[in-house]
Amino acid sequence: MAFLRFEHVSKTFPNSNHAAVNDCSFEVDAGEFLVLLGPSGCGKTTLLRMVNRLIEPTTGAIFLNDQDIRALDVTMLRRRIGYVIQQVGLFPHLTVAQNISVVPELLGWDKSRIAARTDELLTLVDLRPEYYRTRYPAHLSGGQQQRVGLARALAADPELLLMDEPFGAIDAITRASLQDEMLRLRARINKTILFVTHDVDEALRLADKIVVMYAGQIAQYDTPYAILAAPANRIVRSLVGADDMMRQLSLVQVTDAMSALPADFTLNGAPTIGARDDLKSALSRLLQTGASLLVVQDEGEPVGLVGFDQIRRTGLGKS
Amino acid sequence: MVTTRRAARTSSVDRAIRPARDKNERIVILVDAFNYAALRGDEWFRALGQHLVLVGVALTIGVLICVPLGVLSARSRTAAVGIINGANALRVIPSLAILFLAIPYFGLSFTSAALALTLLALPPILINTDAAFRSISPAVKEAAYGMGMTGRQVLWRIEAPLALPVIMVGIRTATVEVIASATLAAFIGGGGLGIYVTRGFALFDNSILLVGAISVAALALAAEVIMGGLERLVRVPS
Repeated sequence: MAFLRFEHVSKTFPNSNHAAVNDCSFEVDAGEFLVLLGPSGCGKTTLLRMVNRLIEPTTGAIFLNDQDIRALDVTMLRRRIGYVIQQVGLFPHLTVAQNISVVPELLGWDKSRIAARTDELLTLVDLRPEYYRTRYPAHLSGGQQQRVGLARALAADPELLLMDEPFGAIDAITRASLQDEMLRLRARINKTILFVTHDVDEALRLADKIVVMYAGQIAQYDTPYAILAAPANRIVRSLVGADDMMRQLSLVQVTDAMSALPADFTLNGAPTIGARDDLKSALSRLLQTGASLLVVQDEGEPVGLVGFDQIRRTGLGKS
Repeated sequence: MVTTRRAARTSSVDRAIRPARDKNERIVILVDAFNYAALRGDEWFRALGQHLVLVGVALTIGVLICVPLGVLSARSRTAAVGIINGANALRVIPSLAILFLAIPYFGLSFTSAALALTLLALPPILINTDAAFRSISPAVKEAAYGMGMTGRQVLWRIEAPLALPVIMVGIRTATVEVIASATLAAFIGGGGLGIYVTRGFALFDNSILLVGAISVAALALAAEVIMGGLERLVRVPS
């Protein structure tokens, strides 16, 4: 049973003669990080906003835990779903702590529980509670505001998180650190996440699965690696830059390409690389060091070898 | 002593309001004005009371009418066209004209004065309320609805506190305008501090005129300061 299911969802806005979203069907499993990727105007945001019913589909239906979301009370549904938007939309007249408390308060949590949860969340998004609790949004940088936005969305421990280009308005450096944070968070909070972006690298970096959208329709729905390795058509190929070798390499972990250690292996000062690194970093390390083989280390222990041959053998770029 | 000097001056040949001739006379007029008010303390307080009631009535009705109308016009484009144009039209009509327009219907009375002053208070409150609600960031409203607030919760918990400072500016403008214009109420029998102005004209007495003028000016200034303080109190941190 899928956690979230879209069945032939279409949306045509009034005064428009074409469908913004056109017959989209797909399923999202619980705990999955799903990225809706596509150029602006492809309908990805519209599709996302139909999940918390800010937009209602013209035809088709969306099921959450096998329940048609239109059968649920709209405000109760929204309180179960975390929502993060690009412009953040923090409430400027409320402190950081009050912003985070909004949904728990709507749900009638008691004060001490809300206070504890607020501090917990601020710590989670890497903002010191003692300092940030009483700040106002206007006193925060864009990146800090979005951290608070994320904490606010997570406040009532929702099963599902909707994120609409959350890092779109943030500078590249902060964006990268927020993406790291997102990956770190993902490991700690087990949530289903729907994430809208037009940034291919962001999508490849974060997603378990990607829905590539084009002109209101699903062009391809697969894992990041499969989409790069076997793009469904020309549009997807050019959209995700499937011909970019480096991009492909960045999606393969060294452990998936390495060969076993020879029986008589000794480290002997050979350059090393972490097991969780990707082939793109392995390649640049090979070029940097001038070595022909890198020793793959998992928590200090050598577990395999990776070199140009191993990278070539993954068969990337031969589509 | 004071009264005899006034008697002497008012009986002079040219019975007309004229500017003070020199520095001495300017000071004398001020002292006379103070004494005039002090000797008739009860009357002054009564006039002040009437003035404040007129202002209070006009502002209260103004707020009660304009804030809901402003919320409505900020939400609907069609409503906005009618409401805001109406407010702007009202703003063009001079206060004196409004005051005299009320007389044929309500006579020379407190009601006429209160009605005229209310009409005067409407435009600034209405226009500011409309602008206040319009200026709230769509992202803030989207976040509020997206988090599961009902329309009523969004209005009271989010929009109202964000709009309040701008609405307060409108009320402040209206207050000062109404305090100044309430002086005219005395011309149509509405009482207030304007009685000293009408009396000063009637008796050709600068110092009586000053009692009214200074009191109204001080009242407007005080209102400005108080409203400014209130406004700072509800200001959104930035």
